[in-house]
Amino acid sequence: MTAPQNELDAFRADVSAWLRDNRPADPGFLLPQTFMEVGSDEQLDFLREWQYKVWSAGYLGLAWPKAYGGGGMDPAFQSVADQEMRRAGVPICFNVIGLGWAGPLINDIGTEEEKAKYLKGILSGEDIWCQGFSEPDHGSDLGNAQTRAVREGDEYVVNGTKIWTTMGNYAKYMILLVRTDPEAQRKYDGLSFFLAPMAVPGVETRPIRKLTGEYGFTETFFTDARIPAECLMGEEGDGWKIAMKTLQYERGAEAGAAGGLAFVRIVIDDLVAGLAGVRRDGAPVLEDPLLRDQLVRLVMEEKAIALGDRRAAIAPLATDYPLSLPLSHKLRWTEHTRRMRQFAINAQGADGARYVGDDDALAGGFWQRAYLNSFSATIGGGTSQVQANIIAEHVLGLPK
Amino acid sequence: MSLTGNTRIAFSEEQAMLLDVAREFCRAKAPREIVRAQLETPRGYDPDTWQAMVELGWTAIALPESAGGSALGPGSVVPVFEAMGRAMLGTPLLSTTLAGQLLGRAAPGMHEEVLADIATGAVATIAALEGGDWGAAPQCHLDDDGRLVGSKRLVGDAHVAAYFLVVLAVEEAPALALLRREQLDPSRIRESELIDQTRRAATVDVTGVEPLALIVGPAVAPALRDVELLGALYVAAEAAGSAAACLDTTVDYLKTRKQFGKLIGSYQALKHPAVEILCEVDSSRSFVYHGATLVGDGALDRDAEIACRMAKAQATETLCYAGDRAVQFHGGMGFTYECDAQLYIRRAQWVQQQYGDAQHHRKRLAGLLLDAA
Ligand SMILES: Cc1cc2nc3c(=O)[nH]c(=O)nc-3n(C[C@H](O)[C@H](O)[C@H](O)COP(=O)(O)OP(=O)(O)OC[C@H]3O[C@@H](n4cnc5c(N)ncnc54)[C@H](O)[C@@H]3O)c2cc1C
Repeated sequence: MTAPQNELDAFRADVSAWLRDNRPADPGFLLPQTFMEVGSDEQLDFLREWQYKVWSAGYLGLAWPKAYGGGGMDPAFQSVADQEMRRAGVPICFNVIGLGWAGPLINDIGTEEEKAKYLKGILSGEDIWCQGFSEPDHGSDLGNAQTRAVREGDEYVVNGTKIWTTMGNYAKYMILLVRTDPEAQRKYDGLSFFLAPMAVPGVETRPIRKLTGEYGFTETFFTDARIPAECLMGEEGDGWKIAMKTLQYERGAEAGAAGGLAFVRIVIDDLVAGLAGVRRDGAPVLEDPLLRDQLVRLVMEEKAIALGDRRAAIAPLATDYPLSLPLSHKLRWTEHTRRMRQFAINAQGADGARYVGDDDALAGGFWQRAYLNSFSATIGGGTSQVQANIIAEHVLGLPK
Repeated sequence: MSLTGNTRIAFSEEQAMLLDVAREFCRAKAPREIVRAQLETPRGYDPDTWQAMVELGWTAIALPESAGGSALGPGSVVPVFEAMGRAMLGTPLLSTTLAGQLLGRAAPGMHEEVLADIATGAVATIAALEGGDWGAAPQCHLDDDGRLVGSKRLVGDAHVAAYFLVVLAVEEAPALALLRREQLDPSRIRESELIDQTRRAATVDVTGVEPLALIVGPAVAPALRDVELLGALYVAAEAAGSAAACLDTTVDYLKTRKQFGKLIGSYQALKHPAVEILCEVDSSRSFVYHGATLVGDGALDRDAEIACRMAKAQATETLCYAGDRAVQFHGGMGFTYECDAQLYIRRAQWVQQQYGDAQHHRKRLAGLLLDAA
């Protein structure tokens, strides 16, 4: 399954040339750095058009089957396309819950009908997906989700509330985790998983204002919402197993994503470049000994994660706790990101007090917004504390 | 060029085999009670163990074939050091390997009989420090009769060394004096009391001694710099191994000790730091094997320098944290000499001070990373 190097090289040249000719012009408004930040219609329209363009050009879903809108090629080609998109710094492919989680799930365990119905719309961006896992009273304790689905004929009647639904107000479909059997002995066994339509009577979304000041994710209410029984994925009671599989894609521990950039990668080089004009004690801030020490620590954190990815692929150097590197990646990367962005505000001196909208803010308040947004990843997809529990229990074998 | 830069890690089959053999050797020859039995002996290690290491070829791994070495490159000793660090096995391998590297780099093609001696188990050591400062220039020099003037501190394994490489200044440039043990009256070697009892070092007064050979010239300064970097890398490799063993010791206790009716490992105040240590150990190993990939027989380039310095900065702080928490998480037991936590926390303090502490290396990394035009 390895693609010939010369084909990959030629492909890389194609992608790179295409990106040069097709990179979208600056829209004149702030573009989201992650899919969790899509908050306005103009942002959505812009990103939707871009994703469609990337897919039409043949640079998205390369490893997905041809019959469902994919390229039917070796995954190495998609990696090349992603690398080139990252290098070119083009916008994200925003439909991440479809491209990254629901899509791979359907590809791996879905039926022929499900694949035919959903995959192509995910790639083209026509069908936006959202995720209905978290509830107001059950977040980290996802296995305790209480939204109810009761079978009536060839429908399920759903009642309850989901929350923090990214793109809930735009989505056509939701991956939905509900309780079908409240009597089950283990709370996990009473859960079922749906590929649910959002445009049905009884489903309502209410946008929630975020830490950053904009509107984004929604609270999603189900009031006697009727969902066709064929939307059930797998069997009743399979919900937890499927949800866990979904989270594996989400945390990057399992491959299968369609590709495209899920987020704008902000690295330490961006920070160092951004601080070039900042001064402290009358001299460039990059000459301050204490800040230099902090910066070196941050470079080392970033490099250690990159080296860990390399080392994980070398079997004799990954024997001690084989799951350690893959299971800790999300925790390490997101916590590093948070620290780095906090530092970026700290290093600005008095101007660190400004925010987006202030003409005098450094880079338009980019770092301030980036810092606040970094919590989307230390909380979403399983909080850092819960990640630490998982590593402690599954890697170190510590008791619950 | 990005600041993260080079992220290459390569591991040859030979290196994988060395790692395997070294781990197995340490399990068999250096179980904890054997290591402990040496803590308070004058020599500090078992000569039979040392002999067995020599017979496995470990003293010859990086030496040139012309001197009876295996010429596998300085990176290939790294897996051995990591395994020894895990076992907390002392022995003069570190001093001897670094002295061999220094001699070979400062005077290429010369003194091959000394290198051949080293390959077959003669202990050699570098006498560099004169105080506590790894950044200081040597004051040691020659008098008008060509005899040394100076005293060297914390000379590793001086008590058993057959060869000494003394760092000095000749006409304001660094130079090396090669001495044989026989040239030093025993009264010139004053044993130091070290916090890490698996190690031995001494103050060596070299005043009045006429060097067996004097090594001067433009190769000396870069050789010294490269060997300091290799020293940092090897100590980091040992520290990465020690930190991994330390974590295992702590985790074992968290899985067996009960308080308030529960295993203490279920308390997140202990669990989460254990995960932090695991991640830091992972980083240490990654940096160490990255460094092992980039160092070679030639002069170390910028990427290799960055790798060695990062490995040392990372592994030092990792072991300090792992040792510190190991004591705390064992409660009263952690305060005893009997508990292995003492081995790790003491080793951590020694490690910090070998070939520059974390601040020393980060200060130089800042220059390398942030001032590059
Ligand atoms: C930007 C953003 C987008 C999101 N998008 C979606 C989405 O599209 N769909 C969706 O379903 N969800 C989404 N989420 C929700 C996210 O998955 C939850 O917020 C997360 O799982 C935490 O649940 P909670 O908010 O109920 O916090 P809680 O679980 O109440 O946690 C509160 C605090 O307690 C800590 N804590 C909880 N349990 C433990 C424990 N056992 N040990 C130690 N500490 C613990 C947590 O770490 C946290 O610090 C999103 C969240 C954010 C921030």
